[in-house]
Amino acid sequence: MIRLRDVSKTYPASDAAALDGVSLEIPARGVFGVIGQSGAGKSTLIRLINALERPTSGRVEVDGIDVAGLSAADLRALRRRIGMIFQNFGLLSSRTVAANVAFPLVLAGVAKATRECKVAALLDRVGLSDHAAKYPAQLSGGQKQRVGIARALATDPDILLCDEATSALDPETTRSVLTLLRDLNRDLGLTIVLITHEMDVVRYVCDRVAVLERGRVVETGTVTDIFANAAHPATRRMLAALAA
Amino acid sequence: MTFFENVDWSDIGQACLDTLIMLGGSLVLTILLGLPLGVLLYLTGKGRLIENRLANGALGIAVNILRSVPFIILLIVMIPLTVLLVGTSLGVAGAIPPLVVGAAPFYARLVEGSLKEIDRTTIEAVQAMGATTRQIVTRALIPEAMPGLISGATVTAVALVSFTAMAGVVGAGGLGDLAIRFGYQRFQTDVMVVTVVLLVVLVQIIQYAGDALARHFTRR
Repeated sequence: MIRLRDVSKTYPASDAAALDGVSLEIPARGVFGVIGQSGAGKSTLIRLINALERPTSGRVEVDGIDVAGLSAADLRALRRRIGMIFQNFGLLSSRTVAANVAFPLVLAGVAKATRECKVAALLDRVGLSDHAAKYPAQLSGGQKQRVGIARALATDPDILLCDEATSALDPETTRSVLTLLRDLNRDLGLTIVLITHEMDVVRYVCDRVAVLERGRVVETGTVTDIFANAAHPATRRMLAALAA
Repeated sequence: MTFFENVDWSDIGQACLDTLIMLGGSLVLTILLGLPLGVLLYLTGKGRLIENRLANGALGIAVNILRSVPFIILLIVMIPLTVLLVGTSLGVAGAIPPLVVGAAPFYARLVEGSLKEIDRTTIEAVQAMGATTRQIVTRALIPEAMPGLISGATVTAVALVSFTAMAGVVGAGGLGDLAIRFGYQRFQTDVMVVTVVLLVVLVQIIQYAGDALARHFTRR
């Protein structure tokens, strides 16, 4: 369970708060979506969970632990339990597909034989076994994101953070990546937190959703509820965009 | 008059050797010093992993000062330090400390530039995996920047070749010194031509080898 308690974040260079008194409960083993326009604070919100960003005030808890209060070593240990994928994939261009997936295990000091075994299984899981020896530059966007997913899963995390993970992909590839995420959620009991600006993504893969506008959560609930009874204008606007 | 009458080929051979020793020695030390300096410049920069305005500002100013001092002046003002470091301010050994002090800040800036090219998301991804700063540097930043680091070393090596021409001031010899003393000051055009041709060949070889090595590490 991930919990944000009255979290605010203001960047030094800006007057307006990126996040303004956000409280959220993200249940374990679900797929939780955070939707908002660009600039709504989604990126900041997701980065608080693995402490890539620190809150200006308020608490961010993962399984009851205050993330911002962890020592450097404890934070690294926590980060191994939280996988993350990105809009631009963030793959290491100097490493092959297999070496990218193995990378978190190398960092964690896992023995080579164990690594190779694990990497083979992960590449099989995301359907890229034939591409193990290729470099990221030789892959399509959808394939790159599958490498990103395999890599994020290497340390057997129980949480997966998805930062606009399908925004750089075409609709068909988006579907296949989202299907993979849904399967992983189901098969591994993985808690997934994803941020997006597309209602379609929320509808396709999420159980619950929070709507973020100008740094505030304006609405939250199950996807079914929100789609049936959107109360806030921001939500209605995004739903209207979907219908159009 | 035969054209090569002034050319003493054993002098040329010695000069080649001196240039190569000065270049090799100073290039290795320049990389050993410039690489960590460049990494520090990058890491302490705004929004980077160990952002530190004071350290970044101080390093930046030190680098800029060393880069703005003409090499010939550096060669002279460094004499006491050179003596302290290598026991003499003369000859090939005496030339190496100023060559390194002149080139390392230059290479450090090139290193910083190459590191800045790395996609922010990639670094963030590695951070999110639970990497230590040391791991991020040695296992992600440097491998990712490798083609740029090699190209930078190539540019630095070529700059060092032209620096060595001035090292004759402290009696270090080398091809550039021969070109100045015999070719220019004594109007021995043939010596000038031979030394310059050799320098051109040397620079071509450096550039070719550097490009090939950089290409070897390029995965785009």
